[in-house]
Amino acid sequence: MVIDQQRGAVAILGTGLAGLGHAGGRTEQEIIAQASCRAVEQSGLRMKDIDGIITSSLTSPWWVMRMAEYLGIRPRFSDSTMFGGSSFIADLKIAAMAIAAGECENVLICYGSTPRSVPSSSRINQMRAELDPQPYEHPYKPFNPVSSYALAAARHMHQYGTTRQQLAEVAVAARQWAQLNPDAFSRDPLSIDGVLGAKMISDPLTVRDCCLVTDGAGAFVVTSAERSRALHAKPVYVLGTGHAHWHRQISCMDDVTVTPAVDSGRRAYAEAGLRPSDVDVVELYDAFTINPILFLEDLGFCKKGEGGAFVEGGRIAPGGDFPMNTNGGGLSCTHPGMYSIFLIIEAVTQLRGEADARQVRDAEVALVHGNGGVLSSQATALLSTSL
Amino acid sequence: MAMPADVPSADARYFGKLAEGIFEIPRCRTCSRHHFFPRVCCPHCGSQDLEWVAPAGAGVVYSSTIVRRPGGDYTVCLVDLQEGPRLMSRVVDIPVDEVRIGMAVRARIDQTTEGPLLVFIPEGARS
Repeated sequence: MVIDQQRGAVAILGTGLAGLGHAGGRTEQEIIAQASCRAVEQSGLRMKDIDGIITSSLTSPWWVMRMAEYLGIRPRFSDSTMFGGSSFIADLKIAAMAIAAGECENVLICYGSTPRSVPSSSRINQMRAELDPQPYEHPYKPFNPVSSYALAAARHMHQYGTTRQQLAEVAVAARQWAQLNPDAFSRDPLSIDGVLGAKMISDPLTVRDCCLVTDGAGAFVVTSAERSRALHAKPVYVLGTGHAHWHRQISCMDDVTVTPAVDSGRRAYAEAGLRPSDVDVVELYDAFTINPILFLEDLGFCKKGEGGAFVEGGRIAPGGDFPMNTNGGGLSCTHPGMYSIFLIIEAVTQLRGEADARQVRDAEVALVHGNGGVLSSQATALLSTSL
Repeated sequence: MAMPADVPSADARYFGKLAEGIFEIPRCRTCSRHHFFPRVCCPHCGSQDLEWVAPAGAGVVYSSTIVRRPGGDYTVCLVDLQEGPRLMSRVVDIPVDEVRIGMAVRARIDQTTEGPLLVFIPEGARS
C-alpha cells in the first residue's frame, strides 16, 4: 500500500488544557480527561467520534489502554510510543500516517501528569532508573537530566564562546512572555542577574536555567484537512513534520552541540516547502536554557555557534523581532514532565489569533519543536492557518 | 536442542575485568574501530566479530560539569579516549573547579564500596 503523505493532509481541530500549575488534588487521569473533553468539544466532535488515540506516559507502559478505557473510547487505531518530551510532536506524523492509511478519522492526542502535587517518591525514581538502566553513566551520578544538558552547555560555551548571560537571556525572555499569560505558573520579575545568581545545580546551569516542575495536561484532535473545514472555522494545517533520534544517553552523542533537530527540521521544512524565513512564531522545547540556542542553530535560524548571540538584546522577548516561546515555555509557563503537547497548543492559539496580550501580530506559520531524553529525540512540525 | 554455552554479557565481561583492575573495550575485527559502551555487535558496521583490547588509557576531557549536591560537589565529564570512543567518567585528584575541557587525562581504576569505577587523573599527575 502506498500512503500519500501529502503536505497539509491533516489539520488540528480543538485543543484543551487542564490542571496547569497545581492540579489541586485531581489525578493525572482526571486532568488529562478534562483536557481531552475540552479538545473534543472545541473540535465540534463528540467523544464517540474519536476513533484514534495517541498518548504515552513516563511511568506506565499501559497508558493508551488506561486512557481509552477512562474516556470510553474503543479506538480503531492507537499508539503509545514514548519519545520522551518530543512525543506529541512526533505523534503528528503517526496520526497523519494513520489517517492517510484509512485506519481512523479523528485522532485524540493527549498527555498530562502531576509531578508538583504528587512528587515521585524516591522508590518510584529508583524503579524508573532500574527500568531504563544506564550502567556506563549511572555510577558517576550525573544529576540527570540537568547534568547531561550542562555538559552540552559547557561544550557550546567552550567551542563557540557562548556565555552564561546569553543562556540567561532565554530564561528572562520566557519570564517576560509568561507575565503576559494568565495560565503561566511563574510570573514574578526575573533579571539576568537573577538567573546567574540563582542556586547552581550542575555548572553552568542554575535552577533558573532549568524548567519548572508543574502539574498540567493538554490535548488536541487531528483529522484530515478535508474534514477539518466542515468541523472548525479555523483548522490549523500540519504542513510538514520530521522526527529523528541518534542516541539515548549523552555519552553516546557524537557532538553535543549538534542535535538530531538538524534532521527533523530538514524533513519538516522539505515536506512543508518552507524555509526558516517563512516562520512567524517559534515554539521550542526549553527544558534548559541551552536547548533553544541549539535548536535555533539546528533548525536553520542562525549558523552553528551563533545561537547565543541570536537571543541577545531581548530579541526573543515580547517586543523583539523573533517571537519565541510565547506562552512562557517550560521555563516559566508549565512543565509536567513531557512538555511538547503545550508547544502545539500555544502555536494553535497564536495562529488562531486567540493569544490576547501575548498575541504575535499576523502569525500565519508556526514552527514547533520538541525534545526528548537528553537531546535524544527531536521532532519538528510546521503549522499554518492556510495550505 | 542443545542449549548455547553460558557466556557473560558484554556488561558482565566489562565490569568483571574492571573489578580485576583491567580496563578493556571492544574493537571490531571487521572495520577495526573501537566502540563504547560494550555491545555484541559493532555500532559502526554491524559486525559481530569483536575482540576485547586494552586501550592506552590516554584521553581528553570533551566536556565537564560540576554537580552541586548537599553531600558535596563532584565532577561528571565526557572523556574522549585516544582510541576514539567517548565515555562518561570523573576527573579526580584535583579540585572540581580545575577540571578543564581539552585537559589531557589518564585512566585509573578505583575500587570503591559501590564497585570498580573507571576515573581519570590529569596527565602527568602521579597516580
